Amino acid sequence: MTDLSYNPSRGQSPATKMALRIVLYLLLGLFALFYLMPLFVMLTTSLKSLDEIRTGDLVSLPREVTFDAWRTAWSTACTGIQCEGVRPYFLNSLLIAIPAVMISTLVGALNGYVVAQWRFKGANIFFALMLFGCFIPFQVVLLPMARMLGIMGVAGTIPGLIFVHVIYGLGFTTLFFRNYYVSIPSELTKAAKVDGAGFFRIFWSIFLPLSLPIIVVTVIWQFTQIWNDFLFGVSFSQAGTQPVTVALNNIVNSTTGVKEYNVDMAAAIIAALPTLFVYVVAGKYFIRGLTAGSVKG
Amino acid sequence: MAPILEVKNLFKNYGSTEVLKDINVSIDEGDFLVLVGPSGCGKSTLLNCIAGLEPITGGDLFIGGQNMTNVSPKDRDIAMVFQSYALYPTMTVAKNITFGMKVRGIDQATQDAKLNQVATQLQIEPLLHRKPGQLSGGQRQRVAMGRALVRDPKLFLFDEPLSNLDAKLRVEMRTEIKSLHQRLGASMVYVTHDQIEAMTLATKIVVMKGGIIQQIGTPAEIYNRPANLFVADFMGSPAMNLIPAKTRMNGKGMLVEIDRKDGDPIVLTDTRNKDLPENVILGVRPEDIADAALGRAGETQEADCVIDIVEPAGADTFAVMQLGGKHVTARLHAETSALAGQAQRLTFDLGKVSYFEPETGLRLN
Repeated sequence: MTDLSYNPSRGQSPATKMALRIVLYLLLGLFALFYLMPLFVMLTTSLKSLDEIRTGDLVSLPREVTFDAWRTAWSTACTGIQCEGVRPYFLNSLLIAIPAVMISTLVGALNGYVVAQWRFKGANIFFALMLFGCFIPFQVVLLPMARMLGIMGVAGTIPGLIFVHVIYGLGFTTLFFRNYYVSIPSELTKAAKVDGAGFFRIFWSIFLPLSLPIIVVTVIWQFTQIWNDFLFGVSFSQAGTQPVTVALNNIVNSTTGVKEYNVDMAAAIIAALPTLFVYVVAGKYFIRGLTAGSVKG
Repeated sequence: MAPILEVKNLFKNYGSTEVLKDINVSIDEGDFLVLVGPSGCGKSTLLNCIAGLEPITGGDLFIGGQNMTNVSPKDRDIAMVFQSYALYPTMTVAKNITFGMKVRGIDQATQDAKLNQVATQLQIEPLLHRKPGQLSGGQRQRVAMGRALVRDPKLFLFDEPLSNLDAKLRVEMRTEIKSLHQRLGASMVYVTHDQIEAMTLATKIVVMKGGIIQQIGTPAEIYNRPANLFVADFMGSPAMNLIPAKTRMNGKGMLVEIDRKDGDPIVLTDTRNKDLPENVILGVRPEDIADAALGRAGETQEADCVIDIVEPAGADTFAVMQLGGKHVTARLHAETSALAGQAQRLTFDLGKVSYFEPETGLRLN
């Protein structure tokens, strides 16, 4: 392959090269600091006591590190009339996100496999409609979805929310898998057919083992979407089934009297931790998966 | 005995486009059938139809005497080798070869025995635990062959299996496929766009163009007696010289007159053919035009021609000249005295000559 990488240092003296390098790293460092500012403020604030917040500086480090705010946020902060912290809601979010991610990824993989490798009459229209599903704004489906959930008898329940997220995620997961599988030569399917394998056998033995990068991409995408969702969570849940995003909103907005910034910050970080965790664990596959298929390997 | 493969009046349409029109072919057990033609002629589609990977629009298909028209690929008792080899990327070589048996629920002992047998045959034992990504092109090719061999099918199908290899390896594998065919006595259908591959491998060739069979025959028949101008031009390298000519009868036989660029026409006498239309296309293979000085057996006639280009190719030297308004290639001896721009005395051998009707392109003799 030809090396097309940008190489600005050609024909420059080592001193100039060094100077340019230093400027480059300085700029990058500055940008990194800028992006880290909000996280820094959140972290430090969550570790301060209320007194310190009231008297101190927003960006200063805590004089005395205390985890009280974290404890409060996790187990005793009030969301309206209940004061159980974010813990039960965090659990709800896990109960919603994990099955919804698994189901939508698996069904998306099957859909993508069919659209890419088992061309049928109208496959293109089917795929175009699936794609269209990605662009429907959430608000548009709220009322019909509420009616659907009511008819199905799962309104306000966790299975109901799982159902909503699976349906809404299918457009994206199908798109991801279809684009990945389309780059796999159809001769592979043909060879397996001659070998005697059927529809599911080919999917299970040949396509799924090839799919790790795109599964990681889909899982990260879906998990982030579902975990961070607020609108569906607030619309289709009731007391006891609300996800952590809704609880966070309630903690921040329903306090009376003194605003407990440290508790708010701690709760926000807790609510954001799982997505952060998924990125850290699977992030390198994410980038690899996004570019896979575009480059032949 | 019933033919091992019989295709009867096969039609294939994609929407309203006809891809294959009224295909009729049959081969006997042990035949090596090669489907050859330019790209887009429908040869790969025909192979896919035989495999059952493409549904056919009309006609019938028999394998081993049984009607297989609506039978799924796995029950047709066939094995197929693909152009891209289509090895399962996540499985080892051994798993690739045994996948078919595993799907069919064949017991482990038989699987191992067959795997070992095929691996020995193709000399791929050291590769059995590697993944396809760790193999070279030639090795992948062997594994793909192994996957087909292990099935021991009634019919082997090959879809341009050598076209991804470099020139040297291609010739090696070609020989290997031929020796495999001779050893196994298996029936094979082989698709290629390379007419040399077709000539060297086939016991029977089908030349196709635009979804229509142009000619079916042995390599010698196709080469010596092409059915029309397309086949004449497609098979053979360098291609057959197709020269516009005029014929007339006289006492000795039929006279064939070819225009020379400067000077009188060349007049040749053909004693084997007679009573052809006045205007014909004369088909002469380059090897039937040779150096007069170096002598040649058989009925030959000599004429002087001005050589335009001399192309030494090692074993032979090709000379290009203008006859009848066309470029004509002669296959001369490597040590020929021919020089570009000078006249050279050449002999014409009309023993294997072909005549074609200029309008329809069909063979006349």
